[in-house]
Amino acid sequence: MARTIQSLERAAAVLRLLAGGERRLGLSEIASALDLAKGTAHGLIRTLQQEGFVEQDPATGRYQLGAELLRLGNSYLDVHELRARALVWTDDLARSSGESVYLGVLHQQGVLIVHHVFRPDDSRQVLEVGAMQPLHSTALGKVLAAYDPVALSEALEGERQAFTERTVTGEAEFEAALEVVRSRGWAADVEETWDGLASVAAPIFDRRRMPVGAVGVTGAVERVCEGDELRPLLVAAVRDTARAVSRDLGARRF
Amino acid sequence: MSDTHETHASAHGGGPFIAAIDQGTTSSRCIVFDKDGRIVAVDQKEHEQILPKPGWVEHDAAEIWTNVQQVVKGAMEKAGITKDDVLALGITNQRETTVLWEKATGRPVHNAIVWQDTRTDGLCRELGRNVGQDRFRRETGLPLASYFAGPKIRWLLDNVEGLRERAEKGEILFGTMDSWVIWNLTGGPDGGRHVTDVTNASRTLLMNLHTMDWDEKICASIGVPMAVLPEIRSSAEVYGEATGDLAGLPVASALGDQQAALFGQTCFDQGEAKSTYGTGTFLLMNTGHQPVNSYNGLLTTVGYRIGDQEPVFALEGSIAVTGSLVQWMRDQMGLINSAAEIETLASSVEDNGGAYFVPAFSGLFAPYWRSDARGVIAGLTRYVTKAHLARAVLEATAWQTREIVDAMQKDSGVELSALKVDGGMTANNLLMQTISDVLDAPVVRPMVAETTCLGAAYAAGLAVGFWSDTDELRANWKRAAEWTPRMDADTREREYRNWLKAVERTKGWIEEES
Repeated sequence: MARTIQSLERAAAVLRLLAGGERRLGLSEIASALDLAKGTAHGLIRTLQQEGFVEQDPATGRYQLGAELLRLGNSYLDVHELRARALVWTDDLARSSGESVYLGVLHQQGVLIVHHVFRPDDSRQVLEVGAMQPLHSTALGKVLAAYDPVALSEALEGERQAFTERTVTGEAEFEAALEVVRSRGWAADVEETWDGLASVAAPIFDRRRMPVGAVGVTGAVERVCEGDELRPLLVAAVRDTARAVSRDLGARRF
Repeated sequence: MSDTHETHASAHGGGPFIAAIDQGTTSSRCIVFDKDGRIVAVDQKEHEQILPKPGWVEHDAAEIWTNVQQVVKGAMEKAGITKDDVLALGITNQRETTVLWEKATGRPVHNAIVWQDTRTDGLCRELGRNVGQDRFRRETGLPLASYFAGPKIRWLLDNVEGLRERAEKGEILFGTMDSWVIWNLTGGPDGGRHVTDVTNASRTLLMNLHTMDWDEKICASIGVPMAVLPEIRSSAEVYGEATGDLAGLPVASALGDQQAALFGQTCFDQGEAKSTYGTGTFLLMNTGHQPVNSYNGLLTTVGYRIGDQEPVFALEGSIAVTGSLVQWMRDQMGLINSAAEIETLASSVEDNGGAYFVPAFSGLFAPYWRSDARGVIAGLTRYVTKAHLARAVLEATAWQTREIVDAMQKDSGVELSALKVDGGMTANNLLMQTISDVLDAPVVRPMVAETTCLGAAYAAGLAVGFWSDTDELRANWKRAAEWTPRMDADTREREYRNWLKAVERTKGWIEEES
């Protein structure tokens, strides 16, 4: 059994004390109740305050539990909320890029498509909301695996099927590819899942910098790529959209 | 829609641009559009809702005019452009809201009376005499109801001291918000144009749909002197040039908000319809160049008129409670934390579990018009969970849409080919699928959500030749999503029967009003 960390135990005791009654407590009350030196108690409270777990009443200087604690227990972002917030931005991305836009989240061992905007031409297209895409080969999946540890372990433990000649299936190569995604902030899929199709995707973060989803465009490889490279303007447009949605998620409370 | 949604003009390939003002019920907005109909910048400002007593709703028209000037300036600043980059200014507005002002000073003589205000209920019953609320329906397409502007003018003339005399002497002007904004933009007391467009005029109960002009007899019956009324013009023509900061800018369109959405959705052919899903829902169907009388409780209204072309008419049906039912589930029942969660909850079950929710919170509207009805949840068993109720909530919006579409098809004899949708609830995928299922028709969402402002911009752009014709506008319309029916016919029929049974249960709940 590993040794426990004393300061964490003490911080937990402070939180329990503040949760115990309805009264707000002053520094000396907390220190004496827990039998701590005032300086020690102050250090603990200041750290908890920085993390948002404790708040100080500006008028009386007394302490109470912070709003962040409530959010911890209720942090799950509803995917339909995500879609509602992303709607305007993804419409704009489809118009400016001329390609289909997809919004995906991690679901079980894959990417669940929660929003889909048609390519703005007059062709017949089918709404793909509710469809699943693979984690290891699509741009959306690679973004999720690169930023969300749960998605990463699903991708590493799951079977990485070769859909085309270009699908990366080996563990080391896959992890190296994710390292590239993390370093440049976006992922690509050039005919790794579907012959003739290429995609670019970027991560969406909530206000606590948690990766909650990925947004990307998919289109014919001839349009999405220039030679062997992805069109830089398209990459920039996808990243702008991801940032705009993230900003919208962070700007408001849930 | 947030006003952080702004992009610099350079990202949109430069000008020129069209600016559209949306003078709405809770706020005034201005959106700058480029030639492709894409949004370049948005600015928005809310105004005060003045509630003097239960059922009364007023706005300060002077505050609204100040806000309109600010948002036009704000939107152009955010776009990084000046008035020289803008070819024309279009206007769309909350309909029926009524203001009277002094011709000489531009000072409103009273707060504007908002469309929701019910103070003229009694007056409307009185005006119906022995005929009832359909007394003017043949001429105006409307029932005598407190929404419409005519009775509101009469109330002001009766209740503001000395106003009737001054009105008869020609010192007072009437306007819905389009007229108020245009008069002020084009100079106010110094030569401001006192005009309104056919769509706004068709909501006053004073315009004859067959002559497209004020009906003298009806004006006399309601008690409105002709001297206060603006000139009725088309929806897309240059009414005049702006003065002041915007000097020289053509003011080139006016459309009531729901008609503007019909225009923005490019419903230019007979049988095309749009539905705007917000707190409540408004469904309008283009019925071509003839006004169609409704025998199923719908309104006959002008859809739009471009310059000297023939007017286009529409049938209108509204649903009082749609988005507000989801809010009720959140705020009053506490079953969800955010409006979007209704879809999560509803998706956790396959069907409604036998439950049907008819939200007749203040009676049944089109096509029933029963004020004695109240809301009902029918078909409850021990099996029903809150998820089934969430599903019933979404289905209520879908079935009410179906009832209005059925009434429209009956009145017009035209079959709906597809329903174009906009508004906040289009983010709800399950709802859109359900609407397609129960209508047995495709439901399509366009790429620009701001169809109301877009409609005003389109009309203004047509008036100044920025766009050549409606075909060019149609080419701008891009499909963002389409839902196609998946429900089998037997299920649809059975569910519809159950819904209609539940509707029956709401009737007669309120006993004879004393």
